Amino acid sequence: MTEEIIIAGAGGQGVMLLGKVLAQAGLIQGKYVTWLPSYGAEVRGGTAYCMVIVSDKQIGSPYIDKADTLIIMNEPSFRKFYSYLKDNGLLILNTSFINLAESQLYKRRRVVKHPFTDIAMQMGNARVANMIALGGYLAQKDIVDQRSVIKAMEEMTLTDKRELLEVNKQALYTGLKLYGKS
Amino acid sequence: MMTKRILMTGNEAIAEGAIQAGCRFYAGYPITPQNELTAYMARRMLQVKGIFIQAESELSAINMVFGAAAVGERAMTSSSSPGMSLKQEGISYLAGAELPAVIVNIMRGGPGLGNIAPSQSDYFQATRGGGHGDYRCIVLAPSCVQEAYNFMGVAFDLADRYRIPVIVLGDGMLGQMMEPMVIHSLNRKAKGIEKPWALTGCQARKPNVIKSFYLKEGDLEKFNLKLQKKYRLIQQKEACYEGLFLDDAKTILVAYGTMARIAKNVLYKLREKKKKIGLVRPITLWPFPKGIFQQLSVQRKRLVALVIEMSYGQMLEDVKLCTDGKIKVEFCGRAGGGIPTEREIIKKIATL
Repeated sequence: MTEEIIIAGAGGQGVMLLGKVLAQAGLIQGKYVTWLPSYGAEVRGGTAYCMVIVSDKQIGSPYIDKADTLIIMNEPSFRKFYSYLKDNGLLILNTSFINLAESQLYKRRRVVKHPFTDIAMQMGNARVANMIALGGYLAQKDIVDQRSVIKAMEEMTLTDKRELLEVNKQALYTGLKLYGKS
Repeated sequence: MMTKRILMTGNEAIAEGAIQAGCRFYAGYPITPQNELTAYMARRMLQVKGIFIQAESELSAINMVFGAAAVGERAMTSSSSPGMSLKQEGISYLAGAELPAVIVNIMRGGPGLGNIAPSQSDYFQATRGGGHGDYRCIVLAPSCVQEAYNFMGVAFDLADRYRIPVIVLGDGMLGQMMEPMVIHSLNRKAKGIEKPWALTGCQARKPNVIKSFYLKEGDLEKFNLKLQKKYRLIQQKEACYEGLFLDDAKTILVAYGTMARIAKNVLYKLREKKKKIGLVRPITLWPFPKGIFQQLSVQRKRLVALVIEMSYGQMLEDVKLCTDGKIKVEFCGRAGGGIPTEREIIKKIATL
């Protein structure tokens, strides 16, 4: 099993963190993982992305040219990356910032759409949209389990920021519940 | 000792490896894609009571390393391709003064300011000396984050043992990517390589002199012969490679660093289809692991070597030199941000 995931959005939407949590969860489960960020000439308001590979085998290139899953948080990122998705790949879209209700581009893809940012704002913190999306991903695919993700979040939270852990966990559960899982 | 697997970027792993190897002096100047290395050192050197300096330029940083090495410290600097070009004068002086130091190059696209994408286009610069004069640097090429960490201990040991600059050559992808690794002790300084030549204050002993300047007739030639003798010894003793399926291979892939990871995936995919593919991954780029190539080209005349690089054929020249026309040597490479994909390599193999 090798799962190749591209996570993309605007700078500040937490796409790097989403990828790191996923990679850390894979590591906890004893899998091979790589995490490769976009780096360098990024600008505020522009797109940021990371590429995460979780596998039972040693990983060659950490760069992904054909992804099994795309998690896309805004429209510019959607335009940049939709062609990277394999046929029958999973496309997770944040409709708070993507206005393509019925696009031709969704053909032959498994599309999952929700307004992650709006839901996060209802929860009182727009910044946890990334964890709702992650919950959505976990509900769709069995690559890493929920327990490892929670453990990864706990390990990655700084001791003086413990209050953030709870809201992130709640966001993850909210994401899972969107798809009837908890 | 910690044996827990953690996620780290290649840049951070290199920095931590240096700290564990007893490096207590770092000077550098920012450049993408190796900034995380410098940033990590800024935090970490404070904790281990070492010295971190963000120099005003690459030239300044390498000369600070010269100074620290001269007094016997384990010292290092790091940069990426355009910055490495600026450091060449200092590296030539380190070689001329026989000072041990470690220099990390996280390569990006060139020539000129190029771009910030991963590349392997500085192979010539690293393995041929780079600066002026008849000198060599030992060049190590890690291909994963764990090796990036481990090789720092090896690099400092080799530098001290041979009094030679050692270059650790990675690329932007290795520097930026995170993967699981284990931090284990590289406590090598404890073994203690004595440095009686260091400038430590000459009370009650004869003054030491560190220089690369030989004006008296015959002196410089004598010094160069001494260097050459040292380089021959290093070539005999330190060449290192990883070989896979060399016993029955009809085609061997030759790749180093990040490129070797991609080549390995190709190898395993084609092995599943019963294709007789092997791999040689040079770990030391200088000294180049000549022996295995000479051996293979003498024993197996019908072997084909496919050299794969993120350049337009630099290591290719070393493979051709070692095989001396006895076997066919082919090439697959891209640079300037292009990375040969598994698909491209498999396609190329099909044409051989």
